[in-house]
Amino acid sequence: MSPILAGVLQLIALVAALALAYRPLGDHMAATYSSRKHLRVEKIIYRCIGANPDTEMRWPAYLRGILAFSLAGVLFLYLLQRLQGSLPLSFGFASISPDQAFNTAASFVANTNWQSYSGEQAMGHVVQTAGLAVQNFVSAATGMAVAIALVRGFSRTRTGDLGNFWADLVRGTVRVLIPIAVIGALVLVACGAIQNFSGIHEVGQFMGGTQQTNGGAVASQEVIKELGTNGGGYFNANSAHPFENPNGFTNLFEIFLILVIPFALTRTFGRLVGNVRQGYAVLATMGVIWLGFTALMMWTEFAHGGPALQAAGAAMEGKENRFGIGGSSIFSVATTLTSTGAVDSFHDSFTAFGGGIQLLGMMLGEIAPGGVGSGLYGMLVMAVIAVFIAGLMVGRTPEYLGKKIGTREIKLAACYILITPTLVLGFTAASMVLPDALGSILNTKALGAGPHGFSEVLYAFTSGANNNGSAFGGLNANTPWYNTTIGLAMLLGRFLPMVFVLALAGSLAGQKPVPETAGTLRTEKPLFAGLLVGTILIITGLTYFPALALGPIAEGLS
Amino acid sequence: MNNAVRNSARLFGAGLRALLALTVVCGVLYPLVVTGVAQAAFHDKANGSEVTQNGRTVGSELLGQRYDKGKDSKGNPIPDLRYFQPRPSAGLGSNKTNDVNTQYDLQVSGATNQGATNTDLIAAVKERKKWVADTYGVPQSEVPADAVTSSGSGLDPDISPAYAQLQADRVAKENHLDRAKVEKLVEDTTEGRVLGFMGEPRVNVLKLNMGLRELTK
Repeated sequence: MSPILAGVLQLIALVAALALAYRPLGDHMAATYSSRKHLRVEKIIYRCIGANPDTEMRWPAYLRGILAFSLAGVLFLYLLQRLQGSLPLSFGFASISPDQAFNTAASFVANTNWQSYSGEQAMGHVVQTAGLAVQNFVSAATGMAVAIALVRGFSRTRTGDLGNFWADLVRGTVRVLIPIAVIGALVLVACGAIQNFSGIHEVGQFMGGTQQTNGGAVASQEVIKELGTNGGGYFNANSAHPFENPNGFTNLFEIFLILVIPFALTRTFGRLVGNVRQGYAVLATMGVIWLGFTALMMWTEFAHGGPALQAAGAAMEGKENRFGIGGSSIFSVATTLTSTGAVDSFHDSFTAFGGGIQLLGMMLGEIAPGGVGSGLYGMLVMAVIAVFIAGLMVGRTPEYLGKKIGTREIKLAACYILITPTLVLGFTAASMVLPDALGSILNTKALGAGPHGFSEVLYAFTSGANNNGSAFGGLNANTPWYNTTIGLAMLLGRFLPMVFVLALAGSLAGQKPVPETAGTLRTEKPLFAGLLVGTILIITGLTYFPALALGPIAEGLS
Repeated sequence: MNNAVRNSARLFGAGLRALLALTVVCGVLYPLVVTGVAQAAFHDKANGSEVTQNGRTVGSELLGQRYDKGKDSKGNPIPDLRYFQPRPSAGLGSNKTNDVNTQYDLQVSGATNQGATNTDLIAAVKERKKWVADTYGVPQSEVPADAVTSSGSGLDPDISPAYAQLQADRVAKENHLDRAKVEKLVEDTTEGRVLGFMGEPRVNVLKLNMGLRELTK
C-alpha cells in the first residue's frame, strides 16, 4: 500500500470515528448543560466554592466569574512554579524564574500551552499534574462554558440570564472531560505511554552503560492535553515523543481526541437551539474547511518542495518513522485548526506551503472545528457576520436563529474579529523593526532568510494570539521581548474575545424572537454553509494575505 | 468603592476555592486513579517498556539509542557498523539554549527545527547521504529519506524497512554472518502498519540489534 493511500485511509477512519461519536457525545453535552440535577461530587465542589449553582447570571456576572477563576489560576500556577524547589516529587528541579513562570501560567490558563521550557528538564510531578494538567481541564471547561452561554443567548428570549458559570465549569469538567480522559489515558498506557511517579533513574543501554531518564504521569496528561485542545507536552518533543505517542494507532487516537469535542459541540448547539439541522450547517462548514486543509497539507508534504527536502527525497525532517508523512500531515492540520498546538512532527521543518497552511488554519481564528468551546463561539460569531453580509445583499435586517442582528450585535461581532489580527500583525510588525527581536531568528542561514525568518515571527504571534501554542521552533522566543509580547497576546487573545462573546450573548438573550417569514435566510441549508465558508475565507484572506505573501508564499514560490 | 473592593475580593475567593476543589479532582484524584489502574493492568508499559537481554536491561523498546564504538579525536561518536544504525538526531537540546549536539540523549528530546531552505540542513542532508552511500556501498539515489533526516523527537526508535535492508549487507559482513540470515532478521523484525493502514511500516533498531546479538552468539 502506498503511503498516500494509507494516509487517505487514516483520514477516512478518522471521519468514521468522529461520526460515530458525534450524536452520543453531542447529546450528552446538551443534557449536561441543561440538566437540573447535581451529582454528589458537584454538590461538594459547589459547597467549597460557596456558590449556588442554580442562580442565573447575566453576562457581566458570568464574565466576572470567568475572570476571577482565571486570575486565581494564573496566580496559583505561578506560585506553584516559583515554589517548585521546595516541593516534594520534583526531581530536584529548581524553581522556575519569574518571567518564565508568568509566561507559562498565562499560557496554560489561556488554553494556549505555549512552552518556553523543556518539560523533562524543568517541571516535576507536582507542577505537571497538580498545576499544568489541572489547567488543561479547567481552561477547556471554561471555553465550553462560554460557548454554551452564547448558545443560550440564541435559545433564550426576553431575559438577560445566561446560566451559572460555576455550574457550567464544574459540569463540563466532571461530566464531560474526566470520563473521556480516564478511558483515553488507559488506552494510551495500553499502547505504551508511560504513567508512573518514579523519579530520575538510570536505564541500561544496549552498548553498555546507562542513561538517565525520568518517569511521569504522562498518559493522564497527554489525553487531556489533546481532548481539551491545550497542547502542552510533558516532554519537550511533545506528541512526537514515543512515551507520549507510541505508535500509528495512538497518533490517530490523539487526533480523534483533539477533534471530537469541537465537532460534537455543533450537535449540542443544534439540540439547545431546538433544531439539530442548524448544528449540521455549522458542522458542514467546519468539516469542509478541515478536510480541504488536510488534503492540501498531504499534497504539499508528499510533494516535499524545498531544497533540503528535495535532497533528502521526502519531507521526513522533524517527522517520526512510525507516523510517516500522512499521519503527521493529518495531525498538524488538526492541531492548527483547533487551539491545540500539540505536535507529532515539527512545523518549522514542513514545506513552505505546509507551514503556510498551518498559519492560515490558526488565522481563520481556529474555528474549523476550533478549540473546545472557543471553536463553536468563534464560528457562531462568523455566522453572525455572514448573515449580516447576506442581509446587506438583499436589503433586509439580518436575523439568525430568530434573533435580530442589529447595530449592537454587529459591533460586538466586529470587535471580536478585529482583536486577534490586531495583536498578530501589530506585534509582528514591531518585531520586524526591532534588532533584538530579529536576532532571535535562528534559521539565519536560510536561502533567502527573509521569508522563512518572517514566517517564524508571524507564526509565534499567530499561535499566541489564537491560543494555539505550537511554534516554528527555529525562533528563540525565550527573550524578554517575546516572553512579554507573546504573554500579552495570549491573555488578550483569550479573554478580550470572551468579553465580546458574552456581551453578544447577553444582548441576544434579551431580545424578543423574530417570527420566521418567507424572507428569512434559511441558515440550516447548504447555501448558508457555503456562504459561511466564503465569509470566513474572504475575511481572513483580506486580513492576512499580505503577511502570508511575505512569508510562506514567497518562500514556497522562490 | 469599598463595596466594589469587597465584592471583587469575595469573587476572587470563590474563584480560588473553585480552583482548589477542581485541583483535588483533576490534579490529585484523577492522576492517582489512572496511575493505579495503569500500574496494575499494564505494569511494564506504564513504566517505559524496558527490555532485557541476557538478564540485563538494554533500553526501552520505545526510545532510540546510539550504537557507537567510542569517539574520534573531535569528540564525535563513531558508529559501530557491526550493528544497525538509527536515524540521525541533530536536534539541539533545551530549547536551543546550548549548541551541543545531544544525539539520543533521553532527557533532551526535540527536533532541529531547521527549515527546508536552511543551508545547514541542506549541507547536512547531502553529507549524510554521501556517508550512507559510501558506507553501505549503494548509489545515493537509493538512500531513503529517514536515513538523512532527524526525527521530531530526536529519539525515533525506528528506521524504515528500506534503510534496514540497505544496512543488512554491511552488517552481515562485519559480523561474518550469512547475508540471507541478516536479511531474514530484518524481515522478521519489520512491523507493518497498525491494522494495515495506521502509521508506516518500520523496523525497531533495538529489536534488530538484539536479534543480531542472538545470531552472533
